[in-house]
Amino acid sequence: MNGEIEPMVGRYVHVDIGGDMHRIYFEESGAGIPLVCLHTAGADGRQWRHLLADGEFVKNFRIIAFDMPWHGKSNPPASWNGDEYQLTARRYTETIRAFCKALKLDKPAVMGCSIGGRIVLNLAIDHAAEFRALIGLEAADFQQPWYDTTWLNRPDVHGGEVCAALVSGLIAPQSPKATRDETLWAYKQGGPGVFKGDLYFYRVDGDLRGKVQKIDTDICPLYLLTGEYDFSCMPDDTKRTAAAIPGAHVTVMAELGHFPMSENPEQFRRYIAPVLAEITKAKASPKQGVRA
Amino acid sequence: MTQAPDTDAVIAAFSEIPTLLEAAPALITSGRFLDCDCRLGPMEQPFFVAIRAGRIIEFTAKPAMMRSWRFSYRATALAWSEYWQPMPKPGFHDLLALTKRGDAIVEGELHPFMTHLQYFKDLLALPRPRQAKAAA
Repeated sequence: MNGEIEPMVGRYVHVDIGGDMHRIYFEESGAGIPLVCLHTAGADGRQWRHLLADGEFVKNFRIIAFDMPWHGKSNPPASWNGDEYQLTARRYTETIRAFCKALKLDKPAVMGCSIGGRIVLNLAIDHAAEFRALIGLEAADFQQPWYDTTWLNRPDVHGGEVCAALVSGLIAPQSPKATRDETLWAYKQGGPGVFKGDLYFYRVDGDLRGKVQKIDTDICPLYLLTGEYDFSCMPDDTKRTAAAIPGAHVTVMAELGHFPMSENPEQFRRYIAPVLAEITKAKASPKQGVRA
Repeated sequence: MTQAPDTDAVIAAFSEIPTLLEAAPALITSGRFLDCDCRLGPMEQPFFVAIRAGRIIEFTAKPAMMRSWRFSYRATALAWSEYWQPMPKPGFHDLLALTKRGDAIVEGELHPFMTHLQYFKDLLALPRPRQAKAAA
């Protein structure tokens, strides 16, 4: 509709991450339970725009999507010396916790996709008591690599084109053209080497095999949802991961791929609405976090 | 249950790709900087394909003596048959999904393939809408 203004508001917050000040861009909408949303590797918080604009969800949730440093409108920090960007598990965890602390969020829920889904497992292992609920989309403790990431950042290959072309196959064929194209646009816009640097966490530093058994879903509920067309994090990868975590909820999402919230928001809504309803219900009758 | 693919039908579908490409000007434009000799097609009998400025100028299944090619993308007849379904099943919907599952092989000097990855994905999907129309 001409003149329609969407409800989300974008702002910058200055966040101390590991002793370096970062100017982090975030968008938020709604009021209630803080729900922090983590974008995929090489993309940015725009992937969550449909969730941020959901008139029902914002009644119960303060939905917040931030751009990781080097992504979207969160520039590299002023202290960056130009070294190759490489995201580590430690740095990623530190960034999320620092962001939540800077915004003074009270026991937020966190939902992440892809690398965001993987780090959600890290949070569940090491920091579960800080969170109300954790949701991993396209998440697994490990998945088999399917291409050589050196193609993502070299001067004789267009980074934007190759990043988008690689991930285009992770989108389900049923997803509408407009949202498919928009999902890929973010990949065409990423900074040089940023997608590759994110995948350092995914491929090298974030292998959680043998570690997810430590997750205690009595402390913090864990929901894992994976699209049936995701051949990067395949449904079987998620099921294998969940099998080692008593109490983890697993859903395989039909007609969705690796970017459920942005490639087909309507279809994703069918799956995420019951999860958010459960988190809302748990707030009304709290039982988590009672363990010493 | 997946039916055994008809290899002749797969080869016939491949043979239509040059004509289908000529009817896809946006795809030709996306390959306007691409000059490449490659092999594309069924695992046992790939086509030799010569591409100049995004257009296919030669497309032949005939064996050729000592023919050079820069890269090759070959898949099983079943993989092509599934890839061209109007709504492919998970795992059969992308060229790299096929390589990950072991139903396709990409080999050789991959630079032209990677610089024009979406071009090759779209080129090799051209038979798909034709089958969708036929099924309608």
